[in-house]
Amino acid sequence: MSTIIKVEDISKQYRLGQVSTGTISHDVNRWWHRVRGKEDPYLKIGETNDRTSTGNSDYVWALKDINFEVKQGEVLGIIGRNGAGKSTLLKILSRTTAPTTGSIKIKGRVASLLEVGTGFHPELSGRENVFLNGAILGMSKQEIKRKFDEIVSFAGVERYIDTPVKRYSSGMYVRLAFGVAAHLEPEILIVDEVLAVGDAEFQKKCLGKMKDVSEREGRTVLFVSHNMAAVKQLCTKGLVMQHGMNRFSGTQYEAVNFYQNAHQTNSSFLYEGHLTDAPGNENIRILRFDVNPLKGDCLSISSGVAFELEFYNHKGGINLDATFELKSSDEIVVFHHGAILSQQNDSKRGLYKVKGTLPPHFLNAGIFIFNLIFGENQRIALFAINDFIQFEVMNETIGSNANQLPGVVRPAIQYTVSHASYEQQ
Amino acid sequence: MSQQTDTTEHWDLEIKPQSSVFDLNLKEVWRYKDLMLLFVKRDFTAQFKQTVLGPVWHLVQPVLTTIMFLFVFHTVAGIDTDEIEPILFYMSGITIWNYFASCLTNTSNTFVANASIFGKVYFPRLILPLSVVLSNMARLGIQFLLLLGCMVFYALFKNTPMHFGMSWLLIPVLVLIMAGIGLGLGIIISSLTTKYRDFTVLVTFGVQLLMYATPVAYPLSFLKSKSYASFIEWNPLSPLVEGFRYALFQTGNFNFNTLIYSFVFMLIVLVFGTMIFSKVEKTFMDTV
Repeated sequence: MSTIIKVEDISKQYRLGQVSTGTISHDVNRWWHRVRGKEDPYLKIGETNDRTSTGNSDYVWALKDINFEVKQGEVLGIIGRNGAGKSTLLKILSRTTAPTTGSIKIKGRVASLLEVGTGFHPELSGRENVFLNGAILGMSKQEIKRKFDEIVSFAGVERYIDTPVKRYSSGMYVRLAFGVAAHLEPEILIVDEVLAVGDAEFQKKCLGKMKDVSEREGRTVLFVSHNMAAVKQLCTKGLVMQHGMNRFSGTQYEAVNFYQNAHQTNSSFLYEGHLTDAPGNENIRILRFDVNPLKGDCLSISSGVAFELEFYNHKGGINLDATFELKSSDEIVVFHHGAILSQQNDSKRGLYKVKGTLPPHFLNAGIFIFNLIFGENQRIALFAINDFIQFEVMNETIGSNANQLPGVVRPAIQYTVSHASYEQQ
Repeated sequence: MSQQTDTTEHWDLEIKPQSSVFDLNLKEVWRYKDLMLLFVKRDFTAQFKQTVLGPVWHLVQPVLTTIMFLFVFHTVAGIDTDEIEPILFYMSGITIWNYFASCLTNTSNTFVANASIFGKVYFPRLILPLSVVLSNMARLGIQFLLLLGCMVFYALFKNTPMHFGMSWLLIPVLVLIMAGIGLGLGIIISSLTTKYRDFTVLVTFGVQLLMYATPVAYPLSFLKSKSYASFIEWNPLSPLVEGFRYALFQTGNFNFNTLIYSFVFMLIVLVFGTMIFSKVEKTFMDTV
């Protein structure tokens, strides 16, 4: 397989803050350096792209020295946290902005889907928009004409095709837009995960179409996603980005594992400073909270979950309890469950350790968040903290179904089936 | 699929930080001609969707402006109109000027107005200003028909002679030069506005002021023996407006030297405009 994309030392610098009179002086200075044949003075400064820390410089490197190659027919998944530089990389690849340094060499036609329905005009009919959008994405009029019926039936909007799209439901709008995108025939397709919109059935259709594009038609796809299950399922290669740098590249499984391990900091908390500064108040100080798989080394549906809390209690002689509240990423409370630590007003000052487990096949795949509440007599709150720890339960193939299923829990239910043939009486 | 591994591999596309200003890629613009026509269609059809009169609205503005000019410049100020019927004089000036004005103002906000499309997908950016020039051409066509109608009306009922001859061949040339200057100035301004919005403020009233520095509401002959006449003559748009009237009515002063002056001005503006435009289009998303 030949190399189809070659990315060499790509960097991208952004200027922070506002464009105003202050920028003119920088522009003039930059121009003055260039006239004298010197290097841009602002390229030397600039900091790595870490959103959380406040830097001193006005310039930031959104991407720094990215190198990778993609071979024909590969599906490369690009993963990383928000602000890791994924979208900037896609923008450069799709030529909506130019890199500051470095070069990218590409063979064949590139189509980028950073958004569906780019250039849709609300006043125009579905038919007119299909042609317009197709042309924006790089199709010729003939090509669109040839695929028009296919696009419309893919989107399922035959009846509304001559109605202005402003009258469409948002679902119809997205389906039509994706329908156009899905019928592009570029050698290289660049896809942002925002594409996976719409209802579950349509999402499946989209992902299926992408799989088709790469597997059957031998095209190359670059796919940016937060959905690890989709990356594992669709991609053949993975690239992990962090703070604008290429941290890891390998197979999709290795990349997802690398990303999750780098993510682990999020699902555990360990306090190492002075006791009075630990999260909490004069009653309670939290020192440690871990979420780990019960077995194996990856939190998944079948691994089960073990969580362990360590805290310092300042309130002696009361009925103390620690309540764990688990919610899903869409704020659905999975359970609110207290661990009663003392019942006869006999709590002790000092260190308490509480361990809990959730059995395998209990939580469905997804992101979960722990809130912690410490109480007296199960009525008075001594200390409460929301969104303390976040962890992700990975999807996995169970039976023959590899898809992420809806629901907060996914219990292994034992069914008993009986059958009686119905007879006419 | 696994043949050449030599270093001189062929790449279809190379993305680099900055290319030379002469890297215009006009071939690519041609490849996207379908898109350009669709943009023209979009601009033209979307503008009057859900209106009863539709494109007829294009006629309202020149008619009302003509009536206004007739009142202000003819009746009140009493400016002579070069032996042309005043209504036809004003309407012809307004028709060609409108084309220039809308080319300039509509291309000058190319980057800012289309940032949402430009930010998501690549196509040669020049397509959009070009499509603006073309869709305004359609508008010009409608307004020109109105002007023709008026001319025929005057010829039939008011016995104003209608000159229909070789001079009409001049009209497409004049329109093209008009389009070129409008497009050139427009893309220069649009390139400058990506970072500094100051120019958008300038354009709206600048165009209006420029109209008074162009013989739209008065003939160039009116300025004869006035000290500032040469200032108006240096305006590269003056020969175009005067030439348009000359082509239609065969009156007024017009010579080819002034037309060549306008043409050269158009070339300079266009070349400079495309150069600065193609330099800005690469990174404007970061500053817009």
